[in-house]
Amino acid sequence: MSPSQNNWARYDLWDERHLSHDRFAVEDPENGFCASASPYDPKPSLVIEAGRIVEMDGVQASEFDMIDEFIARHYFDLTIAEEAMALDSREFARMLVDVNVPRARLVKLSRGMTPAKLAEVLGHLNTLELAFANSKLRCRRQPSNQAHVTNAKDDPVQMAADAATAALYGFDEIETTVRVARNGRTNAIACAVGAAVVRDGVLIQCSLEEAEELRIALAGFTSYTETMSVYGTEASFIDGDDTPWSKAFLTAVYAARGLKARCTSGSSAELLMGFHERKSMLYLEARCVCLQRAMGVQGTQNGGIDGAPLTSSVPRGGWELLAENVLAALLDLECASGNDTRHSESEIRVGAKIMPYLMSGTDFICSGFGSIPKYDNSFNASLFNAEEMEDFLALQREFQVEGGLQHVPEDQLLAARARAIEAISAVLETLNLGRLTEAQKKSVLYANGSDETTSYMPGEVAGMNAALIERNITFVEVVQALAARGFTTEAARLLSIARQRVTGDYLQTSAIIRDGRVVSAVNDPNRYSGPGTGYVMTEERRQAINRIRREVSKQDVLAGEGISGQKDSRRWRFESKGEARKGDDPREVVIGISPGFGVKLHKTTGGVPLYKVLAALLVGIREKGCHPRVVRVRHTADTSFLGLTAARLAGSGVGIGIQGKGTTVIHRHDQAPHMNLELFSQAPLIGEADYRLIGGNAARYALGQSPVPVSIPYRGQALGARFHVQTAMLYAIETSMIEPGQNPEALEVEFYDGR
Amino acid sequence: MMDDEKTNIEAIYPLGEKQPDRVRTRNGRPLADLTLDNLLTGYVAASDFGITAEGLRLQAAIAEQAGRPNLAQNLRRGAELVEIPDDVLLGVYELLRPGRAQSADDIRVAANQLREIYAAKETASLLEEAALVYERRGIFQRRF
Repeated sequence: MSPSQNNWARYDLWDERHLSHDRFAVEDPENGFCASASPYDPKPSLVIEAGRIVEMDGVQASEFDMIDEFIARHYFDLTIAEEAMALDSREFARMLVDVNVPRARLVKLSRGMTPAKLAEVLGHLNTLELAFANSKLRCRRQPSNQAHVTNAKDDPVQMAADAATAALYGFDEIETTVRVARNGRTNAIACAVGAAVVRDGVLIQCSLEEAEELRIALAGFTSYTETMSVYGTEASFIDGDDTPWSKAFLTAVYAARGLKARCTSGSSAELLMGFHERKSMLYLEARCVCLQRAMGVQGTQNGGIDGAPLTSSVPRGGWELLAENVLAALLDLECASGNDTRHSESEIRVGAKIMPYLMSGTDFICSGFGSIPKYDNSFNASLFNAEEMEDFLALQREFQVEGGLQHVPEDQLLAARARAIEAISAVLETLNLGRLTEAQKKSVLYANGSDETTSYMPGEVAGMNAALIERNITFVEVVQALAARGFTTEAARLLSIARQRVTGDYLQTSAIIRDGRVVSAVNDPNRYSGPGTGYVMTEERRQAINRIRREVSKQDVLAGEGISGQKDSRRWRFESKGEARKGDDPREVVIGISPGFGVKLHKTTGGVPLYKVLAALLVGIREKGCHPRVVRVRHTADTSFLGLTAARLAGSGVGIGIQGKGTTVIHRHDQAPHMNLELFSQAPLIGEADYRLIGGNAARYALGQSPVPVSIPYRGQALGARFHVQTAMLYAIETSMIEPGQNPEALEVEFYDGR
Repeated sequence: MMDDEKTNIEAIYPLGEKQPDRVRTRNGRPLADLTLDNLLTGYVAASDFGITAEGLRLQAAIAEQAGRPNLAQNLRRGAELVEIPDDVLLGVYELLRPGRAQSADDIRVAANQLREIYAAKETASLLEEAALVYERRGIFQRRF
């Protein structure tokens, strides 16, 4: 749309915003654009005859499609079905948000409810209630998070460094995928080795075509899968090249090989594939999650996933995505809750999208947080990416919510990246797959993304993968290579994960591994039942979440002031000349400086040294033909009272009050304290030249003129966010220096540069 | 699982931590043998790093006890597949994908093999169920 089409200029403004790239779909159930409760959704029904389901959600058994059939055969607990289906949907919805109804009771009842019934139940909850229900229903007590670690070159060295980075930031799972289909093995090895540099227990997956993904897992390079896709309509399922039975079989195969598995589903997949059958997104997803539980998979990755941008385009789309995750939790499935696709160009929509998840917690807040820059994400940009990682940390800190991540000091980060680069290089060298120069390694160490690296290119990596397949390399050779080159800790950690395939403890629902120990819904179940229950952050964790870059303490502020003060002492000096008296020169303008001005405070929040500020005020006053006098006010640090005190000492009755942080006022002796002539409260924006103008205006008031007020241009900056931390601390220094009852003292000021 | 254990999952789970002695590798070695030294000397091999049918049944019992019958059922199916070679499993998976089998009989043959050669009864039933449903829904159409 060209701006000229707008009549109202504000539309031009809005057309420049990121949001203007987003498109919004008209609600249209006929064509599948409907978040929930489509007129074409079936009414809930379940008819059981002689222990067999003969009708479900309005469909006779003889007409069941594959999804109906699998659900009918494997999903239900028929002993509870009658009671569950008879329960009023709104009543059950209320139970979901009632802290006095135990989760186990709700899960049991859900086993008697059909997909249409479950969709109807969730339809009664608003967004807040969904989030609250989620805090009650999610499986594991401790929330966690998963990272995407990929890069545009499939470069294993960068991938290892970025996997180490992700592990340090706190991700318990790493999902990688490839640009070139045959590069899966090196990606998986690199992620495993990189994460092992940091800790024991980060689970790795490599998302690929189903059979190829399984082969890589069988070689021991990965420890879980989550891309076993299921769909809500039969035609979509077939287009996805599977059936409920092939997926159920594959699920059992993963178990047989001791590998953790979860399925994937999400709204809009059917719409994107062209087979939505005019059903609402939530109803189709209810079929998906019922099917998943029927298959016996321990968990799901749902909440839109690749379809999230489309779901988000329809009215109630964001609500629907959250409802999907709540449904998974209600069905007692581990839930990696989406938030892994950028659904909007608007950062406001991104931040808003994540909040209910951070508030309720989920098993994995993101089923792929882009821990690497957007352009390196081979899955496409995630909801949050390397670019926005600190925004996420700030949200955790601000609301004291658990998103699974924490700040990492730079030295720790670089040490881990360096070791990961050496470890993967050792593996590649030992296996005769490649050798890097020191310069190439260094390019990875400091890189934000693959634009800056000079290490491997996709073609070289494809050659490595061909060799790995040809030589039938498994994780054992990788462990041996690490050990041979002295990376025994990393070797032992890879072994520790491999041991999980023997014990199978992580096959239980919602399992992660923390410090080598399995934590799942079995040994760490969520039993939230109101305030003070469920997941409560430890003090240690709270402190970790509070760390962030650009934290400012009073010591930091004082140190900064001290340094500039030393420098400035060679620029000016001032000396007290006893108590200040009232002047009688009608051209006299008094400048009242605050108790800390030039004593403990040496520059304004706008960064202007105070000697320059004072000099500029003096010049401004003098050049308009008045006579300045400087006094130190001791009994107050408040701008208004500084100004009024100065004005009442001035022969002209006009004074300037100024604080050490730069806030300034022009005042007159006969005004009420807060009824000044001109106030300059946005100190960060006031430059040296402005102070000269302020001095000039004060002089003109003294001469009885009516000057045009000095205007400090303001362009809407969030001054509070940028400056209030320093401002509050600086002002506290001023107030601590107040001497109540003490009169202002006259100051003799001298500048060494001749002014 | 013994009856007294049914009252207390906490005493046995995680097995690797609480009752490692009950866990054996695919080659029948104790879990404690899976050390770095043993891997480097070749005393244990890649083939050790797999779960046993017994181990999966134990996890199935834990899942059942934790109130997850579907998960338990899946783990029991998995237990049946432990001894089946990778290529056979990948072959059956491929056969179950849409349009791969030409008729329900192809799937029934595979089901019989699973039952007779590998005693995988539950999985065989799952395949037979698939054969029936695929037939009714016409899933045998060629796809490529």
